[in-house]
Amino acid sequence: MEKFTTHVGTVAALPYVNIDTDQIIPKQFLKRVERTGFGQFLFYNWRLLENDQPDPEFPLNYERAKDATILVADENFGCGSSREHAAWALQDYGFKVVIAPSFGDIFYNNSFKNGLLPVRMPLEVVRNWEERFEEGTLQLRVNLEEQVIEDDQGGIHTFDIDEYWKNMLIHGLDEIGLTLQYSDHIAKYEQATQ
Amino acid sequence: MGKTIIEKVWERHKVYEEEGKPDLLYIDLHLIHEVTSPQAFEGLRLNNRKLRRPDLTYATMDHNIPTKDRETITDKIAKKQIDVLVENCNNFGVELAGLNSPNNGIVHIIGPELGLTQPGKTIVCGDSHTSTHGAFGALAFGIGTSEVEHVMATQTLWQDRPKTMEVVIDGRLENGVSAKDIILALIAKYGVNFGTGHVVEYRGEAIRGLTMEERMTICNMSIEGGARAGLISPDQVTFDYLRGREHVPDGDAYDVIVEEWKQLASDPDAKFDSTLVLDASEVKPMVTWGTNPGQGVTIDGAVPSPEDGTTDTERRAIEQSLEYMGLEPGTKMEDIKIQHVFLGSCTNARISDLREAARYIKGKKVDKSVRALVVPGSVKVKRQAEEEGLATIFIEAGFEWRDAGCSMCLGMNPDQVPAGERCASTSNRNFEGRQGKNARTHLMSPIMAAAAAVHGHFVDVRKLDAIPASS
Repeated sequence: MEKFTTHVGTVAALPYVNIDTDQIIPKQFLKRVERTGFGQFLFYNWRLLENDQPDPEFPLNYERAKDATILVADENFGCGSSREHAAWALQDYGFKVVIAPSFGDIFYNNSFKNGLLPVRMPLEVVRNWEERFEEGTLQLRVNLEEQVIEDDQGGIHTFDIDEYWKNMLIHGLDEIGLTLQYSDHIAKYEQATQ
Repeated sequence: MGKTIIEKVWERHKVYEEEGKPDLLYIDLHLIHEVTSPQAFEGLRLNNRKLRRPDLTYATMDHNIPTKDRETITDKIAKKQIDVLVENCNNFGVELAGLNSPNNGIVHIIGPELGLTQPGKTIVCGDSHTSTHGAFGALAFGIGTSEVEHVMATQTLWQDRPKTMEVVIDGRLENGVSAKDIILALIAKYGVNFGTGHVVEYRGEAIRGLTMEERMTICNMSIEGGARAGLISPDQVTFDYLRGREHVPDGDAYDVIVEEWKQLASDPDAKFDSTLVLDASEVKPMVTWGTNPGQGVTIDGAVPSPEDGTTDTERRAIEQSLEYMGLEPGTKMEDIKIQHVFLGSCTNARISDLREAARYIKGKKVDKSVRALVVPGSVKVKRQAEEEGLATIFIEAGFEWRDAGCSMCLGMNPDQVPAGERCASTSNRNFEGRQGKNARTHLMSPIMAAAAAVHGHFVDVRKLDAIPASS
């Protein structure tokens, strides 16, 4: 997994509540057996019109969202289906960070496993950034080590994150490799219980 | 102080704990299917890792298989996914309930059917409706593909201890009102994220009175309330259901294991982090009008207006849902016409669901404006329904009688609802595009869907003289 320490990037905002993973990556694209190449299908039904042309009304298609690497959305982002394809699609499309007041639990976990940083921010901060995006370009600096996001108007916002996951991301660790170091504990548990 | 069942199961599965880390939790049963496993197997191969416990892993194919001529898969990418599962199961030594197996079916239907699902187990699957197995007092939750790979390699997961929540449901259900209505009413009342970060235990008199299959319907939709998992303390109903099933010990060993299972129930003085309450006697048949499972009303109600929202976000969400669903505020639910009926899914495709629908359908005809499908949850359910004569009832009424699978619940296979058309569905999600691009899904119970099939619009089953009392 790629290391994540600090990221500076521009924002795209989707000011909708309860964005489920069926929207992030619709079911017709779950038949592939690879982990790669899902970015082209991200928000497929919202991003593209019937003729497969970009819908100019959809925020990800705004000119200022073109190079966005930070996605900002409302409460309960990534609820619903467990499909990790949602995290793969966001990442493959170019996103490094997703910010929302709350997340679906499974999506939240899936993001960490892929080096996509999910950040919980209070609703009023998210609202402010969504409004700023509606008006123009917004740049954020996300510092995972310090657990701080700075906006381009000098606003400083701290965030909470589980130490375990923070460490995984900062060092780009392979979780399975680490857990395999606990094989003795696992074997002992199996002997005692089975 | 006493413990909740959640704490008891958790304690028993802790392999390793350390300050500042999540707990390393042992997994007793790993269920896999074709859609969320191929990348995990590939990960094992690339890193030259073994599957630690093939004997605790069980595979089925359900998500993308056709329900008609199921062995002829014309979609090449879907076919490849199926073939890859067969190959992976062969190479890694995993038992697979393939298309020809009498054990095949939807993963959350066959686990209990085979007795793989048992009280006190930790059960995971790359599917969010894994919470279904919680009905047996198992701690069961959905995981992503990276976690699937982690379980394959280590038979464990690092998990933060969840918060605990009790949902107390007392009171008696009115005739015509079902377990599906309880869970839809609960989510409509408390929202689609009431359970985020929590494991929920459903308790109370109404829950005790439910059959195992009804309990599964409730636990199944825990994720639609945002909960990590939902479970029910096991009791005699649970033990009776499991007796004699393939993977359940028999003879004296059964008596021994039942004694162990009896210790699992939450202690009377156990404390939960939070409590929600629902009165079952006030629950009415529910129908969703919107694009998430919390956007539901009672059948005697009407489509809400954006003005009913209490915040700007809510008003905008209602507006967006109404636009997608093609509905006008104030429309009576009973006046909404449908073109499709789907009786199926891991929520409501067990034998009791089919019996419930059939008891209304018997001797009636599907309205000519409606295309109706019955998709049994497993090969066993299908066979049993045929033996009991339910299949004949459905077929004579004009339903299509299909093979087992997830089918139109998520429309990964050819069973889809065309754009702009409306479906009365016994499944679990009414998200945009779920049953087909621009398809409009309304969630409800099996008997409500059966009645809608006959009338061509939603009807209040409590008003229909023709429904005999539930057996």
